[in-house]
Amino acid sequence: MKYQTVIGLEVHLQLNTRTKAFCSCPTDFGRTPNSCVCPVCLGMPGTLPVYNKEALGYAIKVALAFSCKIQERTKFDRKNYFYPDLPKNYQISQYDLPLSRNGHLDISSGGNEKRIGITRIHLEEDAGKLIHGDKESMVDFNRAGVPLLEIVSEPDLNSPQEAFDYLTNLKNVIEYLDVSDCDMEKGSLRCDANISLRPEGSSGLGVKTELKNMNSFKGVKDALSYEVARQTGLLEAGEKLAQETRLWDAEKGVTSSMRTKEEANDYRYFPDPDLSVFVIGRETVSLAASRLPELPKEKAGRFMRDYGISAYEAGILTASRKGADFSEECIKLYPEKDKKSMVNWLIGPLLSEANARKRSLHELKIDKDELVNLLAFVDNQSISHLSAKSVLTQMIDSGRPASEIIKENNMLQISDAGELESMVCQIIAENEKTVNSFKSGKTNALMFLVGQVMKKSSGKANPKIVGDLIRRKIGDA
Amino acid sequence: MEANRLTAHELLGALKEKRLSPKDIDEAIYARIGKIDSKVRAYPRTGNSGKEADEKAVGCAGPLCGLPVTVKDNICTTGLATECCSRILSGFYPPYDATVIAKLKSAGARIFPWKANMDEFAFGSSTENSCFGPTCNPWNTAFVPGGSSGGSAAAVAGDEAIWALGSDTGGSIRQPASFCGVVGLKPTYGRVSRFGLVAFASSLDQIGPITKDVEDSAILTGAISGYDPNDSTSVDYPVPDYTKSLGMDIKGLRIGMPKEYFVEGLDEQVKLSVKEAAGKLESLGACLKEVSLPHAQYAVPVYYIIATAEASSNLARFDGVKYGYRAPSESLMDMYKKTRSKGFGEEAKRRIILGTFALSHGYYDAYYLRALKVRTLIKKDFDTAFGDFDCIIAPTSPTPAFRIGEKASDPLKMYLSDIYTISVNLAGIPAISIPCGFTREGLPVGLQVMAKPFNEEMIFRVAHAFERNTEWHKARPQL
Repeated sequence: MKYQTVIGLEVHLQLNTRTKAFCSCPTDFGRTPNSCVCPVCLGMPGTLPVYNKEALGYAIKVALAFSCKIQERTKFDRKNYFYPDLPKNYQISQYDLPLSRNGHLDISSGGNEKRIGITRIHLEEDAGKLIHGDKESMVDFNRAGVPLLEIVSEPDLNSPQEAFDYLTNLKNVIEYLDVSDCDMEKGSLRCDANISLRPEGSSGLGVKTELKNMNSFKGVKDALSYEVARQTGLLEAGEKLAQETRLWDAEKGVTSSMRTKEEANDYRYFPDPDLSVFVIGRETVSLAASRLPELPKEKAGRFMRDYGISAYEAGILTASRKGADFSEECIKLYPEKDKKSMVNWLIGPLLSEANARKRSLHELKIDKDELVNLLAFVDNQSISHLSAKSVLTQMIDSGRPASEIIKENNMLQISDAGELESMVCQIIAENEKTVNSFKSGKTNALMFLVGQVMKKSSGKANPKIVGDLIRRKIGDA
Repeated sequence: MEANRLTAHELLGALKEKRLSPKDIDEAIYARIGKIDSKVRAYPRTGNSGKEADEKAVGCAGPLCGLPVTVKDNICTTGLATECCSRILSGFYPPYDATVIAKLKSAGARIFPWKANMDEFAFGSSTENSCFGPTCNPWNTAFVPGGSSGGSAAAVAGDEAIWALGSDTGGSIRQPASFCGVVGLKPTYGRVSRFGLVAFASSLDQIGPITKDVEDSAILTGAISGYDPNDSTSVDYPVPDYTKSLGMDIKGLRIGMPKEYFVEGLDEQVKLSVKEAAGKLESLGACLKEVSLPHAQYAVPVYYIIATAEASSNLARFDGVKYGYRAPSESLMDMYKKTRSKGFGEEAKRRIILGTFALSHGYYDAYYLRALKVRTLIKKDFDTAFGDFDCIIAPTSPTPAFRIGEKASDPLKMYLSDIYTISVNLAGIPAISIPCGFTREGLPVGLQVMAKPFNEEMIFRVAHAFERNTEWHKARPQL
């Protein structure tokens, strides 16, 4: 029997608000343990939470970007469980009246567009972190109380690759909104996955496995692939699957059971009496909507229209908001009629430089005006495309202006016909055979001759002019 | 008369006229504590230091002029033990003041260095559930002072304090005030900040004053009231000068007496005193009529579901990880279990179990959710009643103080002693208990006056009119 994979993802996103969700402690990452804490986020007796309006604003922004419906009345609930990193032994979260529901994210996966439903997006607080020593364990509460957004997808994903693409697209949108660092390694983006298999063509859902402990997008994909194989194997062997939570071990590349359904916690959710029900007015929502930045899909569409580029090219340029802004500024600086050559340079040489340095486009140390200058040299045929690439590398390495590097390396193309003519005559004289085969109609021969001239000029000859000269000379002859 | 026997407003006058200094007051209080607290035990930590530190005589500044305020052990005070009379919080010295404490300090009051005894985490109606042992009723030390703010009420009644703060979740200010013959007010929910009050049931808890008379109650209520940005449930509603409600007449006020409260279970002597008090109010020109609160009978069960559910979650933080008591243990699970088993007393564990059960999967709808719905009905009963009445009067407690140990082994009986006070917390309305008589055995009886939300002024007006025309509040226990 063939099986269809059904995946739903739960993403936890740390919001980069200035202060924590329910107190005024900073949310800085990487500070000395327990230096960003106060009686409130430590859950000291008698302290009370006060919700952070900035976090709520961020949450509304994200919800709107995923086309979710914002609930007019919403509230916070307590999720009760004991764990040493949870100061109050309950987490302030949202249960039956989440901030928003029923949204979607359109993803590109394997060249296809697919709409993935978003079940709900809600606000909650993060827990602290345990640090295990040899004989004792310690708790760092710096992270406790940092606002988290939980984004729950519908089980609309049908392969580990789709899950990966969903995450990439989601991260892309979040980055555009500038509400989170989205760094899985730093833990500012975390992802749990629910996966089940069902017979191809069936519409019911199979027994669900929850996967935890993945710390990269690739980890999510690998863990899911492992599970597809494991579950398919079990089903084909006629065995029953247990509803359970499994942990991904990235080093061993396997998942192992953490707890079964029977061992699952009863979180005893109930409305947090310290925080009253609050109403999000229509004006707040429409104001937030009007302030949403241009999102990746819209931006890509506009790039295609405005700069006449392909969907593929637009996709590359809009892969990050900062990269897109950088690209757009470069394009705008360049003369209207030659915009396409700037686009080609951005997705060509610049992107290769960025990739080689494991950086994003906007992180390259290059002055935009200097980039424009460099391209101008190419466009007016003062230097060759090849030389320009090497100039670009040097510009990024040294931060020096294009003109200086070109001059220093004596790279200006020889376009003076008089100077080139003697070289051309010499090459024609030396390659009688090739000249003849060109005359008999072999156009390839011309390329060889041009190449010889280029070699002689140490690459500085303008190949176009050389070609014209050769043609004229042979014609003349 | 010794300074400790005076009311706060009398002392404020004396302090302002320099007839007395704060030091005189302190000396009188400490002398009184030295004399009687071994019998009353309102202050469980008199052996501890703190007295010395406080002896740096303080001048008369601010409207409260350096007057000391006794504070219940569940209200956070910087540098003073705040242990909720529970072993699990032993050694907890908060690095912050509750908002009410900060307000009192900025009004010039001083926080009395010894905190008042209470039922552990305010779980109880007799102050027998304190890890330090019970407080006794100053009127007869074989009897309980009521609870959970029994230490605060006994201290004020025994002149071991000028006035005090308590907290009231289901009657914990009013019932001990009633048992000890003093004045106790539970303000409207949201009137006083809960920040720094160690939570029992967050949707019901409210800090309030326990005083020797109504005027002191009005002064202290005014000093602690007001919106607090650190408490999302506090309400931004102007705080009037409550002393302006004093001295007014009550002619023509419509006063209701809930018929559901005068039924089986109400002690005959209490009933008599309350009926006499009603007659007094009528003679002062008020118009008395029976009122119905049809859902009153559900108050106790609803309360014990909501209050214990919230408590089970509020008390989860006491786990031995961060502060307070930690039992020696082998593993994390072992530490949780031993710490909480040994750290909490019997009643605390009973309520945690009850509340955990009420919130559990499969029971939530039947218990917690249903209780919330009935709570709404109870609130509506009062809304309706206050459409026709300016205030409602009732007994504070169905009985006078009972003997120490009498109900200790029967939690249900103990729970029923809050039957007339609980509805007020569920509805979020304000209510006061004032002395209105004595039993043949010489135990005080309290009259409860309730008003609609944020109408503490009406309560002070009626209570003060009654007090002006009676002598009950002047009686003092012989100790």
